[in-house]
Amino acid sequence: MRGPFRGPRIFHFGDRASHDTFNPMAKRDRRGFLTLGAAVALSSCTEKKAAVPSEVGAPMTEYGQRSPFEKTARAFKSAKPGTGGSRTPLEETYGILTPSPLHFERHHAGVPAIDPAKHDLLVHGLVERDQIFSLDALKRLPSVSRIHFLECSGNSGGEWVNPQDTAQRSHGLASCTEWTGVLLKTVLEEAGIKPGASWVIAEGADACLMARSIPLAKCLDDAILAYGQNGEALRPEQGYPLRLLLPGWEGNASIKWLRRLQVSGEPMHSREETAHYTDLLPDGKARQFTFDLDAKSVILRPSGGQTAQPGFIEITGLAWSGRGKVDKVEISSDAGKTWMVATLDEPRLTKAFSRFRLPWKWDGQPVDIASRATDDTGYVQPTTEALVAVRGTKSTYHHNGIKTWRIGADGKVTNA
Amino acid sequence: MGRLPMLKVALLLAICVSAVWAQKYGVGKPATPTDIAARDYSISAKGAGLPPGAGSAKEGQELYVKHCSTCHGLKLEGDAEQGNPALAGGVGTLTSAKPVKTVGSYWPYAPGVFDYIRRAMPYDNPRTLKTDEYYAITAYVLSVSGIVKPDERLDATTLPQVKMPNRDGFVPDPRVAGKRPSY
Repeated sequence: MRGPFRGPRIFHFGDRASHDTFNPMAKRDRRGFLTLGAAVALSSCTEKKAAVPSEVGAPMTEYGQRSPFEKTARAFKSAKPGTGGSRTPLEETYGILTPSPLHFERHHAGVPAIDPAKHDLLVHGLVERDQIFSLDALKRLPSVSRIHFLECSGNSGGEWVNPQDTAQRSHGLASCTEWTGVLLKTVLEEAGIKPGASWVIAEGADACLMARSIPLAKCLDDAILAYGQNGEALRPEQGYPLRLLLPGWEGNASIKWLRRLQVSGEPMHSREETAHYTDLLPDGKARQFTFDLDAKSVILRPSGGQTAQPGFIEITGLAWSGRGKVDKVEISSDAGKTWMVATLDEPRLTKAFSRFRLPWKWDGQPVDIASRATDDTGYVQPTTEALVAVRGTKSTYHHNGIKTWRIGADGKVTNA
Repeated sequence: MGRLPMLKVALLLAICVSAVWAQKYGVGKPATPTDIAARDYSISAKGAGLPPGAGSAKEGQELYVKHCSTCHGLKLEGDAEQGNPALAGGVGTLTSAKPVKTVGSYWPYAPGVFDYIRRAMPYDNPRTLKTDEYYAITAYVLSVSGIVKPDERLDATTLPQVKMPNRDGFVPDPRVAGKRPSY
């Protein structure tokens, strides 16, 4: 599971931030080059010249690639071809947006290769007019671009009994990107919803014809038929050329490779909403149609697998809520006895990642650090113990408990 | 204030409702019943959409061995390592420390079993068997859990009458957001 990029990484101040924002003595000259004040001028700066290439660099390319020095990657187990999930290395991303090639994946029968010219969307059932929409037709309709996170409800599933030792493993089935498409409401109204409709069955064009039932109210609220992601067409593994996107709801219901929408008076009770994606409770009953993703957060730096250095540390991480905006993130460095309020980047978006930051000083003593999110409904991210008290440890899905990292005396960060 | 104002209100409402659902953009094209039939695989929990055809567990055993056992095992025990679920067993384990969720112990609807097998199986060659074969394999899988008898023929009429052991095992999501949340 652990790939070559997962090795211990030194974490210290200056690693990520630019030096001129840190060093109060630094200033820029008229041409914008960084110069250092005399009080902090280092002899090495003037004597050594930076190594710069003496040859003309590489030519332009039609589709850009990252630097060959950058190795950040999704992680996955190689199981049966086409199944399983790959995880976003959240701790190696900046800001709130996940690059499309690092967006987590979860497939049940592989990634289909779909020619968009041969793909269309059937809308039928309890509608006035059964309709087929080509991709071109959908793109003619009024469109929206919105930043939303997507999270598999199985994200952090290991935390119920076997807490994972890196953020990628514990929280990497969540990503956040900008989605472009047409509101599902627009398309359903175009077909005309008949009285008695209360659900919409969405079906993908993957080999298993993944199907989920979505309450009509969500479809008429903020559901998107997305064809764009991060400014370009969806990636194949994200549902190219068309997917459903249900902001704030468990990822599986956001059907990829969408080919059919059936307006219905009842849910289908498909395999993915009975045998799977249902939450088994201690009394043997299972919760069904548990769509909402409650408020959650995780510290990403410092986090498991990294090595902290004593002194200044910017604690930073991500928080999100499927119910709305993140209102507050607090950090504790004393096992939850006291909490410090972190700053949240603006703008705060609904059902999107929020980046939090807190300047902190580590004294080199072993310490546990944890984050706790509150959303704008007033919901406070619970402890795992509070979740387990209600759901036991066999519910598999929807673990949003507080994650605690331990910084050891040697600076190594592990699951607490 | 006689009948007339009420009539006006009703008329106005009718106009509003029809205006809401009137086609606004006209970019789609009509789908024919043939278009829909070609694509609609879904079968409701009550069995609506079940196709004509039939099969029994006796007929299904050989088909299961041929098409399903490589992944799910000759005893339907599955292969957890490969992510291939067990299809039988586990009845009575849902409240235990090690719940085993299978078709027999967990799935609530028999038509749903048929729907999934026909929709997605065999894994590497889905939707390639005949309808009768899908009925027979469904019957065999259910028979190993003792839910149907070996010679019982399942079809569009009898399959919805099969009661699954965990039929009443599901509850709605009680979680609420807010200052007094439920988990």
